[in-house]
Amino acid sequence: MTSQTQSAIRFDNVSKSFGNVKAVDQANLEIRDGEFFSLLGPSGSGKTTCLRMIAGFEVPTSGHIYLYGQDVSNLPPYERDVNTVFQDYALFPHMSVGDNIAYGLMVKGVPKSERTKRVDEMLELVQLTGYADRKPSQLSGGQRQRVALARALINHPKVLLLDEPLGALDLKLRQQMQVELKAIQKRVGITFIFVTHDQEEALTMSDRIAVFNEGKIVQVGTPAEIYEHPATAFVAGFVGTSNLVSGEVAKRITGREIRFSIRPEKIHMGTMDTKIEADSYSADGVVRDVIYLGLYTRYLIELNGGGDLVVVEQNLKTTSMDVLKVKGQPVRLHWKKEHIREVGGS
Amino acid sequence: MPSNVSYGQKASWGLTLAAWGGLLFLHVPILIIFLYTLTPDETTYTFPLPGITFKWFGVALQRADLWRALTLSLQVAAVATVIALVLGTLAAAAVYRSKFFGREAVSFLLVLPIALPGIVTGIALRTSIGALDIPFSYWTIVVGHATFCVVVVYNNVLARFRRMQGSQIEASMDLGANAFQTFRYVVFPNIATALLAGGMLAFALSFDEVIVTTFTAGQQTTLPIWIFSQLTRPRDRPVTNVVALFVMLITFLPIFFAQKITAQSSDTEGGSK
Repeated sequence: MTSQTQSAIRFDNVSKSFGNVKAVDQANLEIRDGEFFSLLGPSGSGKTTCLRMIAGFEVPTSGHIYLYGQDVSNLPPYERDVNTVFQDYALFPHMSVGDNIAYGLMVKGVPKSERTKRVDEMLELVQLTGYADRKPSQLSGGQRQRVALARALINHPKVLLLDEPLGALDLKLRQQMQVELKAIQKRVGITFIFVTHDQEEALTMSDRIAVFNEGKIVQVGTPAEIYEHPATAFVAGFVGTSNLVSGEVAKRITGREIRFSIRPEKIHMGTMDTKIEADSYSADGVVRDVIYLGLYTRYLIELNGGGDLVVVEQNLKTTSMDVLKVKGQPVRLHWKKEHIREVGGS
Repeated sequence: MPSNVSYGQKASWGLTLAAWGGLLFLHVPILIIFLYTLTPDETTYTFPLPGITFKWFGVALQRADLWRALTLSLQVAAVATVIALVLGTLAAAAVYRSKFFGREAVSFLLVLPIALPGIVTGIALRTSIGALDIPFSYWTIVVGHATFCVVVVYNNVLARFRRMQGSQIEASMDLGANAFQTFRYVVFPNIATALLAGGMLAFALSFDEVIVTTFTAGQQTTLPIWIFSQLTRPRDRPVTNVVALFVMLITFLPIFFAQKITAQSSDTEGGSK
């Protein structure tokens, strides 16, 4: 039992079906107390369904969900010590910002003076001091987002759920909110569970990440583990970009019947007379395409004898004129053997 | 020749004339009703008026049969409206919230009474009430009126539900509110103006309904039926005009406010019969 109380959330063989569709398939997961944990995956991968099961909006078809050791699988949302920041914020349009934030306290019967005090604290936490009397319709997207956050935090939930909360914000604001969310989480010390399809966002913010695909959790780990050691070809492709090499081509390069992934930035591109060290693999080819992206350039190399690889090089000394000249040239690619990841099926 | 038509430009005189013509055609008869409340002639309407008198307002006040009819009409309209508010809201919530077998059919059947000619609704109700041996009474009128009043509320509330962010209900539950609190603090404020608008329209519809009432009433006389009977056996004829004027005002006010309210929050489906 002690191991159960250690974890904030534990999924024990949780499945959820909608009709014939298995949205979540036999999920096992442990989220630690105080962690910033992301559920990452493409849309329809089951990550949001998992979040909704923690919140209590969906009931698992089978399996159990534990919140700090307590089985909450069948509890209604209002009996769980968990709050949610919704994707569309779901602010109550007929209430002021202050009343929105105080809602959780109001329905619990907390007296008005106490409510006002705690609303002010929350407004300060999300940097909206003085906005209590405004209506949600008078706020910008970023401000609404902060109100939604304050409203969800005022009850001091054991776990805060965030359902793609940054999706509707523009890039600059999103990056700013990423930093701020992380800071707020540090301050309040509450376990955050964050759903996103944006791998960069997940890598930036999370202590650990669970990668979802087709209703299954395919890998759980720290951002570095997931990036450096993708467990499957899917993870390698979804988190960052990756070259996935299999079959004939893989055999030709490594001499073994394997399937591996290699990050484009790990591959070096040289002239045909480049010497290959013993600790490296190599492959010769022709530059088929050059995409100049300012900070770096992406090359598509067609390998001699079939297959292709994407290579990325920073434009440290080169200009766009230089890199474009490379198109059509024969090149020799090489990379350290230790940088490939052998991956299983899909 | 390039035309420089723009919004805000004056319309052509032909269009202006047609518009005024249309408005006059619609509203002059109503003015005539007002005019003949002032005639001293008690059996026929002649123009120009032989003189001007206000005595018919006094006569109308004295008529007990008129007051009985007015009270009955107000009661029926009030009860039918309350029934419509409760059932219409519940039906709208069911159709909006859950997917169940026959949902579309239920929605269609609910809206049907407003499309059906009143004569059909009336005869259908009369036949079934008769077949079931239920005595025609105040309550049969109320039930008759409720059939089309429910639709008005249902349509208004459903339109509002569809515009409301569904996640608000989840957010409320998530923050610890039970179903009752969620209804009181989140759902009700969202649909309140739709209920008011729907309720007022329902009241107005019930208040001046003749056809269904004729079929479902027993000995009772609602105000519209009283007016109708006045036409066939005239006694103090201008009293009818006095009453018509008041009916118009009573019906006009709720419709006016209902329009104001829905204009502010900008949508209703099937607002009028």
